[in-house]
Amino acid sequence: MKILVCISNVPDTTTKITFSENNTQFNTTGVQFILNPYDEIALARAIELTEGGNGSVTVINVGEVNTEPTVRKALAIGATDAVRINAKPHDAWFVAYQVAQYVKANPFDLILTGRESIDYNGAKVGGMIAELLDLPSVSIIKKLEIEGTNVTVEREIEGGKEVLTMPLPIVAGCAEGVAEPKIPNMRGIMSARTKPLTVVEPVEIKTHSEVISYETPAPRGQVKLVPADEVAKLVGLLHEEARVI
Amino acid sequence: MPVLVYAENAEGKFKKSTFEAISYARAIANQNNTTLTAISIGNADAAELAGLGKYGAEKVLNVSNDKLKNFVNQAYAAVVAEAAKKEGAEIVVLSNSFSGRGLAPRIGVKLEAGVADGAVSLPDQSNGKFIIKRLAFSGKAYALVELTSTNKVISLSPNSYKVVETGSTAVVEDFNPEVKASDLTTIIKEIVRSTDKVSLPDADIVVSGGRGLKGPENWGMIEELAGLLGAALACSKPVSDSGWRPHSEHVGQTGIAVSPNLYIAIGISGAIQHLAGVSSSKVIVVINKDADAPFFKVADYGIVGDAFDIVPKLIGAIKEYKALA
Repeated sequence: MKILVCISNVPDTTTKITFSENNTQFNTTGVQFILNPYDEIALARAIELTEGGNGSVTVINVGEVNTEPTVRKALAIGATDAVRINAKPHDAWFVAYQVAQYVKANPFDLILTGRESIDYNGAKVGGMIAELLDLPSVSIIKKLEIEGTNVTVEREIEGGKEVLTMPLPIVAGCAEGVAEPKIPNMRGIMSARTKPLTVVEPVEIKTHSEVISYETPAPRGQVKLVPADEVAKLVGLLHEEARVI
Repeated sequence: MPVLVYAENAEGKFKKSTFEAISYARAIANQNNTTLTAISIGNADAAELAGLGKYGAEKVLNVSNDKLKNFVNQAYAAVVAEAAKKEGAEIVVLSNSFSGRGLAPRIGVKLEAGVADGAVSLPDQSNGKFIIKRLAFSGKAYALVELTSTNKVISLSPNSYKVVETGSTAVVEDFNPEVKASDLTTIIKEIVRSTDKVSLPDADIVVSGGRGLKGPENWGMIEELAGLLGAALACSKPVSDSGWRPHSEHVGQTGIAVSPNLYIAIGISGAIQHLAGVSSSKVIVVINKDADAPFFKVADYGIVGDAFDIVPKLIGAIKEYKALA
């Protein structure tokens, strides 16, 4: 079983988001970058599925050289090898196209992504890779099991869940529940330094979108406190003032 | 160039998020002085389909094919893309629902279109550009994205565009595109719908509990409160991590991002990751015994007090209000 896990380098979840150059650039000063939390779940499941020498896990990242610590982290967690496509991840289409090109030349049995990245929250790369490779895709899965050449996944739907089965290969976006993220141990950290990391130059393509600028949400007004012994007042405020009930 | 909107249904019934998407698509069609066609796949009856006209769809393409009874990402994307080509639509709108998130990227590739997902505003088309405001950084910010391709796919964030009834009627037309066998390799084994629960992503009101509730056995009052308000249930990450509540209820940066009209947070301190997923809620109410909890800084209304004291009183007050209303 050859599994590919697409990984993204994102600002740490505690980051206070600010912008520079007239709100056109994300301000990375002092920002710690991490392996996207959902991609960690995908990676953990891939490692579980290949345990005991039952295949390999390759991680792929579209990023410039500064994403290598994140790629090495994935290797330390347990990926077999890594590929970095040496380009700034311009938009989802650009990233998906680069990954799909790589997979066309190096086929995999299963391609996993996180359900979305926590920076641009696109949830688009997986679906686009699948479409480019003409494979089935499932976004936001909560469970993934493999039996022979078939995969069974549980997908979230509004107010419930759906269990689906399909033949491999597929592309799936992993969410919580698929696996518990793994913490790298000392052996993993040591071996990550020597595991293969291939750098591939990107294919030139036209992009479809461009971030023009950013905005931060308008600050809210001050909280209106209701005394603990006058709870009924809150109901009145929600009805008459806020008009939400 | 007409606009096409994908009208998602759940077991034959269209949902509020679909009406929002149609209203939004209607406004884009108006911006461009063009027509709006909706496409529905599977199960909806004639009255339901014609009813989409109420929100501004002039025509509804109805695909009823037994093979497409259940949602299959690959096949549905092919059908919507075919419909866009047939209608000559350059703009495809859908809801950023669980299914919509699966479809938008695939349709984007098929139509060589830029995809703006999680849109929260109408496109700004001044200066010949096409700029969409969308959520980014898990709700901590917005990104203004220019779609530079000729074709465009937009998925609308739930609760970010109001349903507008135009009162017109729609012509329903059968549409039977060919479906490739290779697009239908996915088999649906089981669908589990909890009919008594309100769906979290598109709920109007969300009642959410945190560690302050001390244990899963104390969720009864949260459920009662949610039931009274017709609200969806949610929780913070530590709660789902401890297995008190299912992961599907976890809201926040690494859970579901919600933007209801009213978000009630009970016993949640308001870590930055939690706030990220709920800050686009219109009204936030916080109940917490710690007056210094960060959540009070972003709340509209708050009560400093113990959840075990406040929530039963709140339930009583709502029952009283409901009896009077």
